[in-house]
Amino acid sequence: MSEWLENHLPKVVLAPSFIAVLIFVYGFIGWTAWVSLTRSKLLPKYEINGFIQYERLFASPRWDTAINNLYLFGALFIVIAMVLGLLLAILLDQKIRVEGVIRTIYLYPMALSMIVTGTAWKWILNPGLGIESMVQGWGFTNFEFDWLVNPDYAIYTIVIAAIWQSSGFVMALFLAGLRSVDGEIIKAAQVDGIPTWRIYTAIIIPSMAPIFLSAFIVLAHLAIKSFDLVIALTGGGPGYATDLPATYMYAMAFSRGDIGQAASSAMIMMLVVFAIVVPYLYSELRAKND
Amino acid sequence: MTDLSMPQTQTRTQSATGKIALRWLLYVLLGLFALYYLMPLFVMLTTSLKSLEEIRTGSLISLPREVSFDAWKTAWASACTGIQCEGLRPYFWNSVLIAVPAVAISTLLGALNGYVVAQWKFKGANIIFSLMLFGCFIPFQVVLLPMARVLGLMEIAGTIPGLIFVHVVYGLGFTTLFFRNYYVTIPAELTKAARVDGAGFLRIFWSIFLPLSLPIIVVTVIWQFTQIWNDFLFGVSFSEAGTQPVTVALNNIVNSTTGVKEYNVDMAAAIIAGLPTLLVYVVAGKYFIRGLTAGSVKG
Repeated sequence: MSEWLENHLPKVVLAPSFIAVLIFVYGFIGWTAWVSLTRSKLLPKYEINGFIQYERLFASPRWDTAINNLYLFGALFIVIAMVLGLLLAILLDQKIRVEGVIRTIYLYPMALSMIVTGTAWKWILNPGLGIESMVQGWGFTNFEFDWLVNPDYAIYTIVIAAIWQSSGFVMALFLAGLRSVDGEIIKAAQVDGIPTWRIYTAIIIPSMAPIFLSAFIVLAHLAIKSFDLVIALTGGGPGYATDLPATYMYAMAFSRGDIGQAASSAMIMMLVVFAIVVPYLYSELRAKND
Repeated sequence: MTDLSMPQTQTRTQSATGKIALRWLLYVLLGLFALYYLMPLFVMLTTSLKSLEEIRTGSLISLPREVSFDAWKTAWASACTGIQCEGLRPYFWNSVLIAVPAVAISTLLGALNGYVVAQWKFKGANIIFSLMLFGCFIPFQVVLLPMARVLGLMEIAGTIPGLIFVHVVYGLGFTTLFFRNYYVTIPAELTKAARVDGAGFLRIFWSIFLPLSLPIIVVTVIWQFTQIWNDFLFGVSFSEAGTQPVTVALNNIVNSTTGVKEYNVDMAAAIIAGLPTLLVYVVAGKYFIRGLTAGSVKG
């Protein structure tokens, strides 16, 4: 008996976690997928009714806004955070004397909760008392900056805060990438008299393609899951102008009592994440096993 | 165009001044960006020390004329989160009570799992690891509804043990990943030699692997603590009036619509809620960054 246990101990140790993941990840995904095919309202029903929830979802103007916001927010957030992160990494890579301190300053927002970040930016962007009144106080009395309460522009305030939070992290990723480029090649290029900017654009940056991919995956993942920041900064408003799929799902699940809609929107979110992450993980795991 | 008659030394000094100017520009740029990242923290801090009167009349970035800690006292002990007015204090402790056991349990399980997956491979171990890893990437919205029901069935809905449970379950993928990637670098010969000497599974873990694990334990603990402390989605979905974590309470204070808007209290509360993870970052930034990059770039 004890020999059996000793031989199977590795499996016994791994089993509870594996079972937990099977139930609470895969079982739950299955449950949500099932319920998304029913007419569940306040309580889940288990009688399959086809794609009616998805039809409702795609016909809903609020979901339409949420998806368009995700595209807009996601595109701006990913592109700007990557450009800014790369720029900062290159600037920091010039043998800066106080690099450690500067890096610490650039990266600290990443340690904060999105709720804290949202609260801070909500105050800074406050139309009556924040940046707007500050600039007006400098004498530019016509200056207007009411994006936070303007339905057409509120989504950009989320972009601003999200970039502030995450760009330092992208910088850290790129900086690690810059440091891992083969020093010999760079030295050889310098000896040949190739200007620094050419070394970056022709040698270093192309060799960092995998880092770009990683940064993209991380940022896309962050964008799709964005929830806390919207809740803290705009609450999804004005109206539902800054709704994202995550806030839509939450509203349906916990305040509208529309479980069918909550489940179908969650499934769409998962499909989007999978479309991005699965090919990446697959190639990573394959590369490792080869 | 190069003037051939120009003495060599002059071009050299010119390029030297050019270099110095470029160097200055570089430092100015880096400094400006540092200001950009520090500005919100500065504004939060100064606003939290101002009186409401000064906030209304003064400028966003001006220093407080009179430093007052009243807003901090209110934020900690008497600010209203909805109908209750006990400040952040009880919720801060809720977060501690949630984070400490959840971090400890998920780290321990992650260490054991990682040890198995890296050193005691059995048939199917890789598939199990891939399935667990996959769980890290799902948007949690897809598990919110069934989890709410299961917590109810387990009779831990709306309780702190319920939140601990949720954080452990959805932290396992990452903690396993961290330890697995660390233990995979330890030569398998070590385990083999120890087995020849008669040491068993747990003995090898306890006396060989665990003593080697300090750096990865620090990385994992910091990662898990930051994740759990900063969590909002699980906190807001699975807590009730008395059991909310600090992030949920902060959001309630800021967005409570009753009475005069006290911006200084909001800012003090935000700093209080952010302080623990900020401290961890300042003290152990190296490990924090290692966790971030390992967690996001798989490893």
